[in-house]
Amino acid sequence: MTDAVLGDTLPHDATTFDKGYLGDGHTLRSWLLTTDHKRIAILYALTITIFFFVGGIAIALVRIELVTPAQDFVTADEYNRLFTLHGIIMVWFFLVPSIPTTFGNFLLPMMIGARDLAFPKLNLFSWYLTIIGGAFTIYVLLAGGVDTGWTFYTPYSSIYSNSHVIAAAMAVFVSGFGTIATGVNFITTTHTMRAPGLTWFRLPLFVWSMYTVSIVIVLATPVLAMTLLLMMLERFFGVPIFNPNEGGDPLLFQHLFWFYSHPAVYIMILPAMGVVSEVIPCFARRRLFGYDFMVYALIAISVIGFFVWGHHMFVSGQSAYANLVFSFLSFIVAVPSAIKVFNWTATLYRGQITYESPMLYSFGFVGLFTMGGLTGLFLASIPIDIHATDTYFVVAHFHYVMVGGTVSAFFAALHFWWPKITGRMYPEAWARFAAILMFFGFNFTFFPQFIMGWAGMPRRYGSYPPEFQVYHVLSSAGAAVLAVAYLMPLAYLTWSLRWGRRAPDNPWRATGLEWQTSSPPPTHNFEKLPIVEDEPYDYHPKGYVDQEHETAGTAESTQKGGEQQ
Amino acid sequence: MSDASAHPAEEAALREPWESIARQRQAVEMGMWAFLASEILFFGGIFAGYTIYRSAYPEAFWVAGGHTSLFYGATNTAILLVSSAVIALVPRSARWLSLGSFARMMLWSGALLGIAFLVLKGFEYAEDFHEHLFPGPDFELHEKGAQLFFAFYWCLTAIHAVHLIIGIGLVARLAIAGARDPRWFSQTPAVQATALYWGLVDIIWSIVFVIVYLPGRG
Repeated sequence: MTDAVLGDTLPHDATTFDKGYLGDGHTLRSWLLTTDHKRIAILYALTITIFFFVGGIAIALVRIELVTPAQDFVTADEYNRLFTLHGIIMVWFFLVPSIPTTFGNFLLPMMIGARDLAFPKLNLFSWYLTIIGGAFTIYVLLAGGVDTGWTFYTPYSSIYSNSHVIAAAMAVFVSGFGTIATGVNFITTTHTMRAPGLTWFRLPLFVWSMYTVSIVIVLATPVLAMTLLLMMLERFFGVPIFNPNEGGDPLLFQHLFWFYSHPAVYIMILPAMGVVSEVIPCFARRRLFGYDFMVYALIAISVIGFFVWGHHMFVSGQSAYANLVFSFLSFIVAVPSAIKVFNWTATLYRGQITYESPMLYSFGFVGLFTMGGLTGLFLASIPIDIHATDTYFVVAHFHYVMVGGTVSAFFAALHFWWPKITGRMYPEAWARFAAILMFFGFNFTFFPQFIMGWAGMPRRYGSYPPEFQVYHVLSSAGAAVLAVAYLMPLAYLTWSLRWGRRAPDNPWRATGLEWQTSSPPPTHNFEKLPIVEDEPYDYHPKGYVDQEHETAGTAESTQKGGEQQ
Repeated sequence: MSDASAHPAEEAALREPWESIARQRQAVEMGMWAFLASEILFFGGIFAGYTIYRSAYPEAFWVAGGHTSLFYGATNTAILLVSSAVIALVPRSARWLSLGSFARMMLWSGALLGIAFLVLKGFEYAEDFHEHLFPGPDFELHEKGAQLFFAFYWCLTAIHAVHLIIGIGLVARLAIAGARDPRWFSQTPAVQATALYWGLVDIIWSIVFVIVYLPGRG
């Protein structure tokens, strides 16, 4: 804190929006019609931040309801609408777009030494599609909500529900095409715009994660689009598709839905893995352990991830043989995930670790993702899944992966690249405090849910037997802590825009092309397009002596690290 | 941005952030293929549903398939195949300035064939309504599963028609913009991308024709 206040904050230095791409036009038009990938990233960031807090308010009301066993704060119907809204907004308007559309948009071209994405206008178009989808969501919110759960299961959604199903599905449908366009853009950019010398196995893992996630986006999202379209057509025109009265099969909907929605879990987690793979080597001052296998693991996860969807349907009545295969494949997909966790851990070995906030968030990611992943293995075993289906155990499991995992990584990325994006340093002490608070708040909220879920507390109910109250009270109290931890960065990062210390070009002494240009970067990213001659994560090249930071304490340890190469 | 010595036509077609038209063309083509992959998965969803129901209700699908109009279906298939051939002439011919107006004529022919398809489709839909082939209380057929067949008939053909309308729009846009700026037209990667999209829409139709119009005809 004192650090940041003391820096070079002179009176003439009061505005952030005067340098680099930020200084390139200050009108609303210069933002809303921009084709600069960096500005579009900012547009996305503002959009998903708003949705994050809208989704957060919805679940805050749910947590308030759950403090007492009786249904006394909202009605059962309102309760259904609240958790549905939370799910839809958090999945499609925060988690899926979160890292790709903000950090992916901002960093992918910079990390590969390009001036922009391959299709800048398409990129802007993607954002507008997201906004149109968002407008449908806001309409649903104002018109009274939707009560199907985020999964839109038929025939409830397509025939019986008396809520705004079509508008909600349209929201997802439209924004889905925005995501597909982003995926197409990223794939093409990675293939055609890499700087000279930047071969595939020199790409930073964040780029690999953007590439693999784009492939999953491009191949999975259209199936959801068709599924929701068919559901909407059934609801609007009454044509039977999933309607059992006419011989239709509601399970078909579930298969198609999960064919997208399980890969969607990887759409959410792969980018997070990419972020953590950038942050950990930087603050451990070590080359990433097992780079090649980290790449293979990303590819393996994205491929195998397409073939595990049936584990969401173990109790649906699908064939026992299908259950067996999906269970087996779900165990298999854990292998590359485990490779990644072990490699991040091994990267730390004999590293010179410092505990800046991006590193703290990344540690949070590794721990919470491991918890989420391991409980995923419980749920991949059919007998345990049958016991735990539709309980808070499942809720806790996927929140450990998505919130503990993806949201932690999102905040790691936000702090790691904040100096690059805004040209300002944030107050480190506050950030560390928020990171630790978020970790504790998270466990405080979700660990009790494992216990009560295992004890039989079902999800999606506003009232419950009194013996579960202690866990619900713990969970709600934890949610309050978590809310504070989420609001803190909003406050101090906003503060830093005006009063933060000016960021140097490479405050973390990180490798990667994005650090070689100024902070914030110029509109065309690089004064001179870079040529790549080094391997990635070259934190300790042979014979390396850190001259800039060669002070009493670090010189010795630096050399020690150098000898290991 | 662009090389000073570049061909003026290339310069007209060059867009940010590209420095060479060849690279830009590669990228646009690749992006289009990625999008087409996405489209195939989009239609894959409905094809999968159709396949599952057809294996569940083979007789009903056989009977219901016999109630579609083979005349409209076959004529429309012929029209779209001709349009594909016509559009396939465009990407190569457009590269020569002297053949530019020929290429644009082919684009208009493709668009007109597309419109003819839609007009016939309209007549076909009207006939189907008349024969009570829209699923609902007064649906014509009574076999269990026949309504499902026609649900897929309507959804498949309608979603395909939307794609065709988009295709006609893209082709017309290309022809108009190409007439305004023939040099841009001779170099722009949009020509190849549009032709690829048109090809996909036709291929999707040929699958629709086989699975919707041909059951029950043996």
